[in-house]
Amino acid sequence: MAALKRSAQTVVQAARSDKKITTQALLAGLFPDLMELFGDRLSGDDPALRGGIATFGHQPVTVLSTDKGSDLESKIATHFGSPTPTGYRKALRLMEQAAKFNRPIISLINTPGAYPGQSAEEQGQGAAIAADLLKASQLPVPMISLIFGEGGSGGALALACGDRVWMLQNSFYAILSPEGFASILWKDAKKSGQAAKVMQLLPEQLLAQGIIEKIVPEKQPATLIETLREQLLAEIARLQQLTPTELLVQRQARFRKF
Amino acid sequence: MRLFNKRHYIHLPAAPAELKQRQSQVPDGLWQRCPYCHESVYYRDLGAFKVCPNCQYGFRLTAQQRLDQLTHQFQPWDTGLTAQDPLHFPGYQTKLAQVQHKTGLQESVVTGKARLGHYPVALGVMDTHFFMGSLGSATGEKITRLFEKATAQRLPVILLTASGGARMQEGIHSLMQMAKVSQAVAAHHAAGLLYIVVLTDPTTGGVTASFAMEGDLILAEPHALVGFAGQRVVAQTTQQPLPSDFQRAETVLQTGFIDRIVPRPQLAQTLRQLLAWHQPKVGE
Repeated sequence: MAALKRSAQTVVQAARSDKKITTQALLAGLFPDLMELFGDRLSGDDPALRGGIATFGHQPVTVLSTDKGSDLESKIATHFGSPTPTGYRKALRLMEQAAKFNRPIISLINTPGAYPGQSAEEQGQGAAIAADLLKASQLPVPMISLIFGEGGSGGALALACGDRVWMLQNSFYAILSPEGFASILWKDAKKSGQAAKVMQLLPEQLLAQGIIEKIVPEKQPATLIETLREQLLAEIARLQQLTPTELLVQRQARFRKF
Repeated sequence: MRLFNKRHYIHLPAAPAELKQRQSQVPDGLWQRCPYCHESVYYRDLGAFKVCPNCQYGFRLTAQQRLDQLTHQFQPWDTGLTAQDPLHFPGYQTKLAQVQHKTGLQESVVTGKARLGHYPVALGVMDTHFFMGSLGSATGEKITRLFEKATAQRLPVILLTASGGARMQEGIHSLMQMAKVSQAVAAHHAAGLLYIVVLTDPTTGGVTASFAMEGDLILAEPHALVGFAGQRVVAQTTQQPLPSDFQRAETVLQTGFIDRIVPRPQLAQTLRQLLAWHQPKVGE
């Protein structure tokens, strides 16, 4: 990539920027007939984790996406894109549904991380994410994840345990926010720039380490959506040539190497 | 006016050399403060299990102390596996060498095949004295192999968790361990085998969000801290003081994520009973 010499801090800022393509724009562009489905069938619905069924190419797919909201009200309702246990259980339900009806899964990720609130802890945030990790390792259908802004820790991993993980050029994927990292290691959240540098959270660094498979260049929204559609369709077609057993063996090898 | 000249203190002569020597021989740590109920406890009153006599909180143990309490037969696996430095993180290798020297451990988990009563079991014990029990690549690899070997040998797995969460110095490679271990747990589960988790103080972060919450049975020690997000972060998020028993095992049981709280002196017996109930039937 031409952009190899970018500073980590710049990319972190670009990933969080207001100009970043929104969940709404991606969903509308990629899945115009998306029928959104709600609820975890246990306790409620979490607007920070959206999902549903859409036509993609010639077939139905299951779509999962985090959402940061677009105005103040929806930003507060989504905890600025941080899913609650309800959200992760909704994702689990929709993944199971996709497996039952043999639909590929596409997940779109832009989250600072799982919501760290008192209620989220009491509703079992850890258990909810763990259930997604367990389920994703056994899904007999292709699953492709795209990190398009922030890929924050376990909250992002819960939706990125499939066969391919791709990232937009201006996005990052990390164990923790650079602020949290600096705060834990150096007791100083202001050293986030330095943290971003040592964390190796840039797409090109993650690609080199085999954490992700592809970096998608970020262009005008219309062009970006066209590129994404083409590449996702091609990749789903490739993955669908595998038997479910071959698919699971490959997926297991993908994570076993770390 | 000698009244105003009266001293309000007495003057002690300097301690004789002998007294100083005797003072230096008084060992530290005879009295320990319980981190949960804050009572000061004479160390002998903690007993062999290192449990607070006032509140039953189990003091943090080393992996070796845990093994001694649970089993007389332990054959360690993958002892040579040691932390890598995938990010070439400044200062990490030096710190690792220091911690390895100090603890005598190669990583934050000890794994192997043990016998509890009559029952063979794949046993893993995490140790907070090694980088706060954090989940490094080698930690994840050892736990993954624990499950893989258990699946191959058709053994149940018992895992005692204790972890501050991800190993920051290994960055995203630490995160990948959550997925890797979960896959091995799923395969063990699919083989119809038993997995028992014992949550010990503290079990947090990425460990809670993966294998600590994936057991068929999830036990916990009294008052163990069990949660995903750190308390400081939660307090910052909610901008309100947290309840005093927030993220303690009793609360987590109340909210439905722990099967049972087992005081440490009863742990070995409880595990043996559970293993007995899950023995494969003859002919299976």
